[in-house]
Amino acid sequence: MAGPRHISVSEASRPVLPRHAKLKYDETRKVWVILAPERVLAPDEIAVEVLQLCDGKRSVGDVSDQLAAKYAAPREAILADVIVMLQDLADKGFLTEIREKTS
Amino acid sequence: MSDVTIPPSDSLAVLEKQRSTAETFGIPLAVLLEITHRCPLQCPYCSNPVELDRSGKELTTEEWKKVLSELAEIGVLQVHFSGGEPTARKDLVELVKQASEVGLYSNLITSAVLLTRERLSELADAGLCHVQISFQGIEEGLADRVAGYKGGHRKKLEVAKWTRELDLPLTVNAVMHRQNLHQLPDIIQMSLDLDADRLEVANVQYYGWALKNRAALMPTVAQLDECTEIVEAARERLKGRLTIDYVVPDYYALRPKKCMGGWGRQFFNISPAGKVLPCHAAESITGLEFESVRSNHSIAWIWQNSEAFNRYRGTGWMKEPCKSCEFREIDFGGCRCQAFALTGDAANTDPACALSPLHETIFKQAEREAEGETSRFLYRNFAGGTLESENGT
Repeated sequence: MAGPRHISVSEASRPVLPRHAKLKYDETRKVWVILAPERVLAPDEIAVEVLQLCDGKRSVGDVSDQLAAKYAAPREAILADVIVMLQDLADKGFLTEIREKTS
Repeated sequence: MSDVTIPPSDSLAVLEKQRSTAETFGIPLAVLLEITHRCPLQCPYCSNPVELDRSGKELTTEEWKKVLSELAEIGVLQVHFSGGEPTARKDLVELVKQASEVGLYSNLITSAVLLTRERLSELADAGLCHVQISFQGIEEGLADRVAGYKGGHRKKLEVAKWTRELDLPLTVNAVMHRQNLHQLPDIIQMSLDLDADRLEVANVQYYGWALKNRAALMPTVAQLDECTEIVEAARERLKGRLTIDYVVPDYYALRPKKCMGGWGRQFFNISPAGKVLPCHAAESITGLEFESVRSNHSIAWIWQNSEAFNRYRGTGWMKEPCKSCEFREIDFGGCRCQAFALTGDAANTDPACALSPLHETIFKQAEREAEGETSRFLYRNFAGGTLESENGT
């Protein structure tokens, strides 16, 4: 079953790249890319790290905890940045999320 | 995060970074594979050459699979399976599977009329990432007449629905011209109703078949101005819901388009017979020899070293007024195929440019055609075209 489109990213969201957006290391150009319909995005290092953690199981809060611990940085600042980055990707149609079954 | 690609007509961009690709000629990110010229539709603006490759000349399944592996190896990231009608090839599922196996992102560019739900589902299972369906209009009267194929429009709507049911992202491709531009607002609404992610509003580009049909297709200046306004308003209104890519017609422009992002800079396609081409219309330029994947050369060698790719690469080949023009690296003198078709020399300035000595004459003629009475199509086929009958059948 497909994940929803046009999502709103919050601390509780459990985002994941949809099947049509593929994060891949480009061996030729030595950069990470996101492949999408008629588009190739070039995520920066932080975005790559965040997206690698977005597996549909971890929440945005979990991801931020992990990054805050790793970089010994304030969690609130990280959380805010992560939400902005993921929402931007979601607005472009390249992010979905796993939701609890309601039925 | 930056979106490194440019609009869809030349979305096939190289990851440029800060460096000029004109110096490096890096391998393109995406490659167009025209796996067959066979097509049940007969659109009068088809982008295929007037001289179509017959099925006997097409690369075999094994040859295409080898091409796919080679493309992945040299750094291509995406392939577009196109045609003709790519689903006319029986081995399409196998080719998509191969693309997935070697790590290529695959797009299907289709008229959709030959697809069954089962086959589409097989393509999805094989790893197909995105489907683009062409629409000729908003209702079957006009749409089927433009395509020269009865029942086509209805089938397309059905396949679009299956596409979304199978969780594949959908692009609606709408080729626009004088006889359907009035339907643009409804085409935008149709795209929303079909739950499409993207809409390509692509004004006809006039070479090959479209040039033969120019008098029946050329829009008026007023139509184009309205079209641009509608697209801009819709983009604003539908931000975050529907991406609209807009291919503007260059006939009424003052500056030519940066065709293909510049010859041999960021795009190549492979024809049904395996020719590696700088542009899908390049074979219309006579006097150029194009290398084939069946030759002894690798695709990377052909891209970097073949005479045809280097002939109009960069700016060294230019004559005046391009040679000393301040825009020469902005638009690379426009479109080589259009320059050849309209002036007889591909090294001339594209007459779409106001600096071309032919600009005035050619575009006055187009304007007259746009106001004219001709609406009959010359349908695209292997026989060199068939003129639409008087009563539109």
